[in-house]
Amino acid sequence: MAVYSWPSREATAVIGKEYDRLDGLAKVTGAAKYTYDVNLKNQLVAVALGCPHAHCKITKLDVAAAEKTPGVVAVHIFEHAAVGSEVQWQGELLAVVAAESEAAARAGVDTIKLEFEELDVFTEDENLDAAEKAERTGKGGGKTELEREPGDDDDEDEFIEQEIARLFKASKYVVEGYYGIDAITHCCLEPHGSTVEWKDGKLVAYLSTQNVSGTDEGFARDLKLTSDDVEVKCDYIGGGFGSKFAPDYWAVAAAKISKETGRPVKFLLSRDQELKIAGNRPSGYMRVRLGADENGVLTIWDSHHWGTAGYKGGGVSQTVMPYVIRPKNYRRIATTIKSNTAQSRAWRAPNHPQACAMSQTAIDDVAAKMGANSYDVFAANLRAGNVDSQHPDAANTYLAEMARGAALIDWKANWHAHGKGKSRGSIVDGLGMALHTWGGTANNSDCRLKISPDGGVESFCGSQDLGTGTRTVIAQVLAETFGLGIRDVRVNVGSSKYPASGASGGSTTVGGVSESHRRAGQDALEKIFELAAKELGAAANSLEAVGGKVRVKGTDKAISWKKACTLLGLKPLEVTASYKRGDQSTLSSSGVCGVQMAHVEVDKETGVIKVKKFVAVQDQGLVINPKTCKSQIYGAMIMGIAAALYERRITDPKSGAFVNAELADYKLARLGDVGDLVVDLYEPESERSRGVIGNGEPPAISPKAAIANAVANALGVRVPVIPLTPKRVLDALAKA
Amino acid sequence: MSAKRVVTFTVNGDQVEILCEPRQSLLEVLRDDLDLTGTKEGCSNGNCGACTVIMDGRPVVSCLVLAVEAEGAELRTIEGVACGSTLDEVQAAFLEGAALQCGICTPGIIVQTEALLEENPNPTEDDVRFYLAGNLCRCTGYDKIVRAVQAAAEKRQVAASN
Ligand code: FES
Ligand code: FES
Repeated sequence: MAVYSWPSREATAVIGKEYDRLDGLAKVTGAAKYTYDVNLKNQLVAVALGCPHAHCKITKLDVAAAEKTPGVVAVHIFEHAAVGSEVQWQGELLAVVAAESEAAARAGVDTIKLEFEELDVFTEDENLDAAEKAERTGKGGGKTELEREPGDDDDEDEFIEQEIARLFKASKYVVEGYYGIDAITHCCLEPHGSTVEWKDGKLVAYLSTQNVSGTDEGFARDLKLTSDDVEVKCDYIGGGFGSKFAPDYWAVAAAKISKETGRPVKFLLSRDQELKIAGNRPSGYMRVRLGADENGVLTIWDSHHWGTAGYKGGGVSQTVMPYVIRPKNYRRIATTIKSNTAQSRAWRAPNHPQACAMSQTAIDDVAAKMGANSYDVFAANLRAGNVDSQHPDAANTYLAEMARGAALIDWKANWHAHGKGKSRGSIVDGLGMALHTWGGTANNSDCRLKISPDGGVESFCGSQDLGTGTRTVIAQVLAETFGLGIRDVRVNVGSSKYPASGASGGSTTVGGVSESHRRAGQDALEKIFELAAKELGAAANSLEAVGGKVRVKGTDKAISWKKACTLLGLKPLEVTASYKRGDQSTLSSSGVCGVQMAHVEVDKETGVIKVKKFVAVQDQGLVINPKTCKSQIYGAMIMGIAAALYERRITDPKSGAFVNAELADYKLARLGDVGDLVVDLYEPESERSRGVIGNGEPPAISPKAAIANAVANALGVRVPVIPLTPKRVLDALAKA
Repeated sequence: MSAKRVVTFTVNGDQVEILCEPRQSLLEVLRDDLDLTGTKEGCSNGNCGACTVIMDGRPVVSCLVLAVEAEGAELRTIEGVACGSTLDEVQAAFLEGAALQCGICTPGIIVQTEALLEENPNPTEDDVRFYLAGNLCRCTGYDKIVRAVQAAAEKRQVAASN
């Protein structure tokens, strides 16, 4: 069996080179069909009624008039909306109307008679006292780590309190602060939904999903089918960001209505429903006290954070606190809050962005207190070993990346102590940085490869391309393996009928598909070499596939790839390969660092912040396509700017209504809001030799902390809660 | 429901005649009646720009235009941007410049760019940022979009001067 490996940097022809996205052509011409563009013959369009109140008991749900509305074909009431049921958040779908047109369905929805009894509402997730009073809090766990000396093992609680007090007393600098980050939503530009139809008793679902191979089971379970009876298809998807892993009850409802009516059904959420129910990220707020020595090296951290992940409670996990910069001695406690908002979903790098935003801001305030350069304080902590990262050589990697970032943003020239910069009128500028880490272990991935006697190469894999470049990366891996161009291979993803491949979440896709396709490719090549060896009169292991030829290494004795494939005879060669998480491999690995630095301008009169320049330095092992790799990082930076400055879910404390669930009011970054973005891929041989690691999550982590730190550096005042809206900036200045 | 009306306009050079309800938006008619699904819908209230088309030389958000208002109009959608099978400069620049990711905002942004370059063949970076401020992108990194627009403008100018 082949030894699976990547060629060296010098020996690659395709890997590591920039290629345009294979799906780009369809996208720039409008030919790409997203789920939302799939219209099937004779289809019904479904529209749902959402619950107007955030916490209530349904007392009446009468759909008789809807059933009689012209054009309406079917009405479905969700089980969780039966009379007597309690609804826990605004927007929860109660009933769905399927009709000949969207307008008719909407007209049907408008006739539904809904009555409910209002119940107590709680959505003030920042207000811990109020949550306690309302009995909405729960224990979120915690951990205390204190270095012990022999004889320190008296009463545990007493030891902890005394030791923490002693460490603070021994600290040269003590910072006490409050930091937070509001809940945001995924806000995919293509809302969640599907178009479904039944064919010969089997379900075909065009689903907007990040999990083509895994959602068939979801449908099958709810519809009492086997997953063989379900095909999930997704060629293009307009954003998921962690919120599109399951079919969701609304797609299952579409399937039920379709079965009942014998007609295809299209059912996508409306924009407000998308924001209210289809994914949000938990909030986090923290009180912390930390101590540091004369160099700003943390000696003790003592924090309590809270927040909400929705009506079931939950919040930011305590396990990631304090984030990346972690002293030997710390205590962290978390409290969860039950809020009448939809339960959260995974959002790029679950827990990390909030943990980073809450803790690295506090660390930056140590530098502020010392009047020191933030860069030096971060570096001193890394050098002192105060680091918790998934990268195996974290401190050195962060330091190397910091040096590159500093050069790109001209940290030295632009730095001034916190609040001590020159102002131009009411404008002040500042620098800030943050560090992050992520795992990104390759996901399970199977694929089938077909090599035809005419030299054609085609692959099939139940993965999906979120626009991140999955197709392109697969083509590059295969082209490199066979010595072909990327247009010489045909890549198929996006159907659950192909060999199963993991969901695209957690930065696991590029690793998974590279594993499966490189393995299949090397296995197939071995077979072709055996045939070509006879033809070339050389040993199979002396052959290589390069430049469209199968060649005896170090000679110009060769036959064309096409000729080599004719040796297969009449039948194509089919190879399957399977990679399972945990398999030993040099093709992929996990654990990355990443550094981001922001240079901002703040107008002290208006509170408006402008990101002048934003630099991201990112490692991700071996980079297959620098173009799509950088794209991921640019995208993460923009999302980060939006979350740092604008984006938040705002609820009315009395009714629990999500009041800005429309794009008019849910503010996102626009083209004029982002400054100069610089992406630097950090790929020395020490990184490249680790194999492929995904980068969907890591660059989405640091932006908020980096920007908040830059603002604190500009103003000399901490704006404690993110997003840093003009009002919050002005309030912080007024309080200072 | 009010009586349906016959509306006639040209889309990408083809004359079309359709029967539509007075309440139907141009976006709905393009997507659902004419199957021109390249024009996208992100919000249906004028806040994302995904539905941008060019109507009589001006960019409009088609979700806020009634189909009946398009009577006699000349429309250009994303499907009419390429010349046959050749991408135009803007499309090529977006593709080569990696100015798209999931791509659902891309048609609207490309169409808006066409309108910009028609009006101002040599836009500054600020002009680009201002003109495209109504187009929302959740995933690419607008930076690449600005660069792609400028690259396309340059290419077009070079082509024009040759
Ligand atoms: S759909 Fe028209 S602006 Fe958003
Ligand atoms: S590329 Fe996804 S919204 Fe713009």
